[in-house]
Amino acid sequence: MSDILQQIKDAVITRRRAEIQGLVEAAINEGIDPNTIIDNGLIAAMDVVGRQFSDSEIFVPEMLVSALTMKMGLDVVKPLLLKKGDSRSRGTIMMATVKGDMHDIGKNIVIMMLEGAGFQVVDLGVDLTVEKLMEQIEAIKPDLVGLSALLTTTMPEMRRSIQVLKEKGLKGKVKVMVGGAPVSASFAEEIGADGYGADAAEAVGLARRLIAAGEG
Amino acid sequence: MLIVAERINSSRKSVARAIEIRDAAFIQNEASAQAQVGADYIDVNAGAFVGRELECLRWAVEAVQEAVDLPLSIDSPDPAVIEGVLPLVNRPPMINSITLEPARLNRILPLAAGHGARVIGLCQSEGRMAESADDKLRLAGQLVESVTKAGFRLDDLYIDPLVYPLATHPGSAMAAMEAIDRIMREFRGVHTICGLTNISYGLPERKLLNRTFLATAISRGLDAVILDPTDNLLFSALKAGLAVAARDDYCMDYIAAFRAGRLA
Repeated sequence: MSDILQQIKDAVITRRRAEIQGLVEAAINEGIDPNTIIDNGLIAAMDVVGRQFSDSEIFVPEMLVSALTMKMGLDVVKPLLLKKGDSRSRGTIMMATVKGDMHDIGKNIVIMMLEGAGFQVVDLGVDLTVEKLMEQIEAIKPDLVGLSALLTTTMPEMRRSIQVLKEKGLKGKVKVMVGGAPVSASFAEEIGADGYGADAAEAVGLARRLIAAGEG
Repeated sequence: MLIVAERINSSRKSVARAIEIRDAAFIQNEASAQAQVGADYIDVNAGAFVGRELECLRWAVEAVQEAVDLPLSIDSPDPAVIEGVLPLVNRPPMINSITLEPARLNRILPLAAGHGARVIGLCQSEGRMAESADDKLRLAGQLVESVTKAGFRLDDLYIDPLVYPLATHPGSAMAAMEAIDRIMREFRGVHTICGLTNISYGLPERKLLNRTFLATAISRGLDAVILDPTDNLLFSALKAGLAVAARDDYCMDYIAAFRAGRLA
């Protein structure tokens, strides 16, 4: 790998916000393809960060600052993609916390990591009714919906969301992943979700698999 | 300082297992241990049992009441669960908790009033949890209004300003501190309460942060807390915090805690 890409990767992993934009500019000046900068520099770094977090090597704020650093780098390289008319997207993911539940900390961490992995993420916020969810699914047509719940009392809303999705004939067209402290893989399976992520890094891996399977 | 003792919570694996297999001795040991070290209320939670919360909580409540003479804190957001448990309690309990969401507020308050219960009110309304001190104060005002309208005295209301993790909300502890200070001044006679574990989510040495947060919040007027009173380091921070805040006359409680071997 070119030296500058390795430096970009290291800067994101070690959270050097002051340096990232200069490094990305340097890579652009070297003539490196913007997509290569994103894939082999920025996103590759966030994969490492996600793994470090899953392995409890780093703490939440460290992960967040890495994601912030990654975004700062992305801001420099993104205008070039638009200029090239290259709107290549890895897929659109819609994220929300279900009705009755106001918790968004976990969901927001997952969103940062999904964005770090190059997905387009639409955040529908908290306390989202099934009706509103369906409306947004039909309007935005995401590849994947991520539902979060932190309360045992709101987990049944996940089941209801998937039921309504089935009734509307949308099940299969849009995949659903679920997560949150009281949620488990067995609960996800029981309610017919397409997958469960135990933490932000798992959610990223899961999103990649689900969206790749949908394309295939 | 009012202590709501938090150990009997089904999010702890050992407690969930004891409830599952109806191991009354385990639950009763947890209750007695907390009663012996300064609990004022014993919190009882069976929230992990989706669909079976009511039967599990009823069993746990009866088990605890056989072991200790303290009042209980009924820990559930579900009005139906609270309604089903209230007839079992021997002493006026704490309801943990209500919010400003009408579905919870309007059903739980009349139930609580009927049993002489006190209530923990979260600074949370439909669709939002208060983050800034101003937001928290505004929702606290609404809680005060709703609760007094339902016939409670201010002394029966424990306002939880909500505390977010420092890991994701760097200003959250100071927002909670300011809210506690302002709530205690503006609504004389009301109480403030909070849990201590949220603040340290995602950070190392969580208990150190929890203790530091508690001592600081006490200095701003916090007069009730949800914690594990068997944690001697935490209990020490509580006693020291009260002494530093001039809320322990001649430091008598602090000295007594020392003599009892509780200051770690």
